[in-house]
Amino acid sequence: MSIHIERERCVGCGACVEACPGNLIKRDVDGKAKIKRPRECWGCASCLKACHFGAVEYYLGADIGGRGATMTVEKEGELAHWVIRRPGKESVVLTVDRRNANKY
Amino acid sequence: MEDEVLNSKTLKTDLLVIGGGTAGCYAAITAARKNPKLAVLVLEKANVKRSGCLAAGVNALNAYITPGHTVEEYLEYVRWDAAKIIRDDLVLSIAKRFNRITADLEKMGLVILKDKDGNYVSRGKRNIKINGENIKPILVNELNRYENVTVVNHINVSDLLLDADRRVCGAVGFSVDYKTAFIIEARAVIVATGGASGLYRPNNPGFSRHKMWYSPFNTGAGYAMGIRAGAEMTTFEMRFVAQRIKDTIAPTGTIALGVGVQEVNALGENYASRYGKSTSGRAYGATHEAALGRGPCYLATKGISHDEEESLCKAYLNMAPAQTLKWLETGEFPSSHNVQIEGTEPYIVGGHTASGYWVDVGRRSTLRGLYAAGDVVGGAPKKFVTGALAEGEIAAESVLDDLDSLLPVGEEEAERIARPFLNEYKERLEPADDSLYSVEELEEAMQKTMDVYAGGRSAGYSYNSSQLDLATEGIDVVDSLAKQVRVKDADDLLRLYELYDRITTCRALIAHLRARHETRWPGFGVNSDYPNLDEAAEYYVNSKFDGERFHIIKRELVKGETYEHTH
Repeated sequence: MSIHIERERCVGCGACVEACPGNLIKRDVDGKAKIKRPRECWGCASCLKACHFGAVEYYLGADIGGRGATMTVEKEGELAHWVIRRPGKESVVLTVDRRNANKY
Repeated sequence: MEDEVLNSKTLKTDLLVIGGGTAGCYAAITAARKNPKLAVLVLEKANVKRSGCLAAGVNALNAYITPGHTVEEYLEYVRWDAAKIIRDDLVLSIAKRFNRITADLEKMGLVILKDKDGNYVSRGKRNIKINGENIKPILVNELNRYENVTVVNHINVSDLLLDADRRVCGAVGFSVDYKTAFIIEARAVIVATGGASGLYRPNNPGFSRHKMWYSPFNTGAGYAMGIRAGAEMTTFEMRFVAQRIKDTIAPTGTIALGVGVQEVNALGENYASRYGKSTSGRAYGATHEAALGRGPCYLATKGISHDEEESLCKAYLNMAPAQTLKWLETGEFPSSHNVQIEGTEPYIVGGHTASGYWVDVGRRSTLRGLYAAGDVVGGAPKKFVTGALAEGEIAAESVLDDLDSLLPVGEEEAERIARPFLNEYKERLEPADDSLYSVEELEEAMQKTMDVYAGGRSAGYSYNSSQLDLATEGIDVVDSLAKQVRVKDADDLLRLYELYDRITTCRALIAHLRARHETRWPGFGVNSDYPNLDEAAEYYVNSKFDGERFHIIKRELVKGETYEHTH
């Protein structure tokens, strides 16, 4: 369970550094984000939701069933588009509207 | 003060709130609303925006009095679920506030599902459905509205300051970014740091070791600072074991209660009725079926509709996104594959069971000047989010009531009291040869000892007195090695102090496990020396630490009346 920061998309705004409830994300020498302690990630996704550039990719460790897929969040007002990219398969987008409660 | 190894700063406030999670935020909001002149300081080791156990969000409020039900019914439910070891006065005091506080959350911007008549949609007798993905940022937006509240992020508080009369007069901590210590002089302190995870070897002990039920950043700091200062604690032996989805450790209630499916064992039998419906009984069921060779157990989701499946995928994104990713990644969707479940490692968490600070109805601890709220408070299980908020409110109200008698000790005196703690930080940061053992390695050694000898998952959650002796020995060794560790920066210092807090919490837990000579909550732990419930054991097991050992105090149950401290 952890995250991967895509350096090309990261603009160094620090939003993910601020959001992490475990103080696990730090700034690299060039100001861009890096995860200092990948094994200590809870998987809460706070950093994904804080990133406006889709630079934080969420993935499952191989020990809990990860098979190479990653997940990012794209915000559009109250809508959150969760984009799941899967190797060798088509991507999936699930959209959640913050104004509506969950069915369950 | 400028120092080569460690700088220090002194802060002064009326009310210090340690921990800016659910309970801490609401305590500060309450104090600020009721007394706009009061100086309130919230210290948080991460950033309040997403810190605490609400980081990922929640999909329901599990403590609410739905139409046609009463607070007395809630009390009866909690008493039954905890096999009687609760404090009536504490449970009632929060249950009376559930609905008003829920309305306040809605006013702050929380989305709550409503029917066409405008009533909240309930999920069972006590739950209402929400979109709680952003519940923590909503709470923090409200907190930020009050000018008399100061929030300082990235400060880890390690210890409480006690004056000559053993009154709590402040606290001491350090920045997690820079080598700077903070001494806080306060007239009153509310501890709201949450419970303790990571005491036992977790379900996923490798790379994904932090993919766990409770926040892995809740390390028992609040318990530990109270224990070290001599505060009385209660019912640590009632650990919490959650039944969760295998690997992702995501909640099962969303499927079991939401969609409405059965739990089955590997033979396809619906086993749940054999173990009862209590939280402990349900946790015991899956574990026991596996021990009998009938595991693994599943939620029988095969055959649910496409719409139900899609709603589940979206619901999990708002609280446990790993589960949605897992389904999409593996292609093993709940409509085609039953969902495997398992019990978690044990946690200490007063929001679910009865472990924590021994308090009066105003959430005053046994140390004058120290109040507690949320998961650190014992005696009131099943408080969940709304109960933690209620306790924050109650603690803040008590502080305001007591404030006239709590005078500041002065900054110089606070600095004098804090000196030994600062020296300890400095010693840990002194340049030294590389330590042979790392914090991570010692944490794993601690977890292994607890797992094997203090009733972890590998021991089937059972323990006996011989094993607890070995647990004590093992934790003592880890403790002595941890004291020798030297670290290079503030971030590493945080991890070292988190280990210290877990070690202290483990010690209290072992003392409590030893003291209850019966098995009252089999799903949370089986004392193999006394495998049955003993009706004569209807008392609280409390403890106080004197700096060397734990003293056990057995107290009579508080039923119907209101308990008051006699110190």
